[in-house]
Amino acid sequence: MTHAAQPSPVAEPVRNTKNAATVQIAFLLAGTLLLVLAPLFFYPIFLMKILCFALFACAFNLLLGYTGLLSFGHATFFGGAAYFTAHAVKEWGLPVELGILVGVAGAAALGLIMGFFAIRRQGIYFAMITLALSQMFFFFCLQAGFTHGEDGIQSVPRGDLLGFIDLNSSTNMYYFVLAVFVIGMVVIWRFINSPFGMILKSIRENEQRAISLGYSVARYKLGAFVMSAALAGLAGAMKALVFQFATLTDVAWQMSGEVILMTLLGGIGTLIGPIFGAGLVVTLQNYLATSDFPVTIITGVVFMVCVLVFRRGIIGEFYASRLGRRLGFQHRR
Amino acid sequence: MPGESNPRVVLSARGLRRDFGAFTAVKNVDLDVHHARVHALIGPNGAGKTTVFNLLTKFLQPTHGTITLLGTDITRTPPDKVARMGLVRSFQISAVFPHLTVLDNVRVALQRPNNLAVQFWRPMSALDRLNDRADELIAAVGLTRERNALAADLSYGRKRVLEIATTLALDPKVLLLDEPMAGMGQEDVGVVSDIIRTVALDRAVLMVEHNLSVVANICHHVTVLQRGEILAEGDYAEVSQDPRVRTAYMGTEEA
Repeated sequence: MTHAAQPSPVAEPVRNTKNAATVQIAFLLAGTLLLVLAPLFFYPIFLMKILCFALFACAFNLLLGYTGLLSFGHATFFGGAAYFTAHAVKEWGLPVELGILVGVAGAAALGLIMGFFAIRRQGIYFAMITLALSQMFFFFCLQAGFTHGEDGIQSVPRGDLLGFIDLNSSTNMYYFVLAVFVIGMVVIWRFINSPFGMILKSIRENEQRAISLGYSVARYKLGAFVMSAALAGLAGAMKALVFQFATLTDVAWQMSGEVILMTLLGGIGTLIGPIFGAGLVVTLQNYLATSDFPVTIITGVVFMVCVLVFRRGIIGEFYASRLGRRLGFQHRR
Repeated sequence: MPGESNPRVVLSARGLRRDFGAFTAVKNVDLDVHHARVHALIGPNGAGKTTVFNLLTKFLQPTHGTITLLGTDITRTPPDKVARMGLVRSFQISAVFPHLTVLDNVRVALQRPNNLAVQFWRPMSALDRLNDRADELIAAVGLTRERNALAADLSYGRKRVLEIATTLALDPKVLLLDEPMAGMGQEDVGVVSDIIRTVALDRAVLMVEHNLSVVANICHHVTVLQRGEILAEGDYAEVSQDPRVRTAYMGTEEA
């Protein structure tokens, strides 16, 4: 094959990748500084709640935004891990680190089971299977002894981190949650920007072609599903420790809906969008909880406005805006 | 037409049939694809050419019949496994990954054979060791200048060329090309004809093609399909003289 490269009418696309990298690092540093200083200004429990839900939403987005699968059963992993960790720490007396590990492993196992059944179907069927399985898990949690039914697992001890950092201090707990959150985000970032992530992207772009290149598409999707479940579990485990409480609320279908809302609001398929979505929803809920205004109506309206007016979500719209593009961001599709 | 004197059969189908409800899209198709030969599948629209492709690559399950690839029965094998065994296809509608660059398109194809597909813990730069091979393939189809362009930004013909490069990245034993020249500019047709001729020196190629001058130029063997059945078979000269084929193609023959 001795063809000289032929002249082509296609110009090289203008890419400010260097510029974008600088801007991203600047944003990252500013964000980290903000999170480190935040407990000076805000109630730590409130901040920890946001971080837990932010990690949950980012884990969910790994599936929706980067694999193209809409799960309607992610409460199972979030709430399930909360139960597992709470039980392991309280009843088995495991140290927190191991307790979290139990929660994450449990969520991954549940993800493997749910994924195995759901992954072969697409679109609404996939969503319905995940919803059905998570409802089954909800009723299991309602009946099973170790969850204490309607009471939930209460007064879960936080214990000491590495045996010497007292987590009962909310400042210590905050920085522990922040560290776990950052680790979770790094894992997600690496996962997306890895050889595996490239295959996921190609499957999302053209599944038939990926099959014809010899990829067992179902296995890659299952891998992403389990990873998403495990990270959602990490978020749930942390939440159980923060509130020292594991309840049925976290495995209920409304929780699966809430995480969809957070992801959509923040921006599907953007790494940091769901963080903002989670922050917004949690803040709304917290402020409205003390007022007479019904929270669900407000979140419902916010959801409709989002779908009608800014479909790409907060961060997605920012990336696609003139300012965002000038800073070198790209919003895919 | 040059070719081995006694080429071996690498892909064969016997009694292939596919029903869609009451409609039979393909019936009684026997097909032998030989190593180092270019085999054309031609026929009017709706003759069942693409269905035959889908059956051979297992994207569709045959209602009856058997398919053998390199001596192994693949009648019940899933399509991704068939691809890993060395039977790789292209699609009638261009099949590229639109929001990946040309380089990434080719690298995705190279990832699996180089065991770089499941590493979720490694950075993207791990894929850089595929660049040399990818650049070779890109150069072979004349896409070097567009290496870093998004596939979506390429012209239709260039997309098809890219698709061929990704297909070749798998180093397939048997190549199934569904209308590789459709919608291409004349200079791309020349490029692709040369590529196909070159790759067929060491592989089997089965292609669906409407451009009969291309078929006449590069194909060693022609099978004519009509209404899901084989109408005629032979080299181009034989087939083009066949009165039944001339009737089926009346008014559309350009050769």
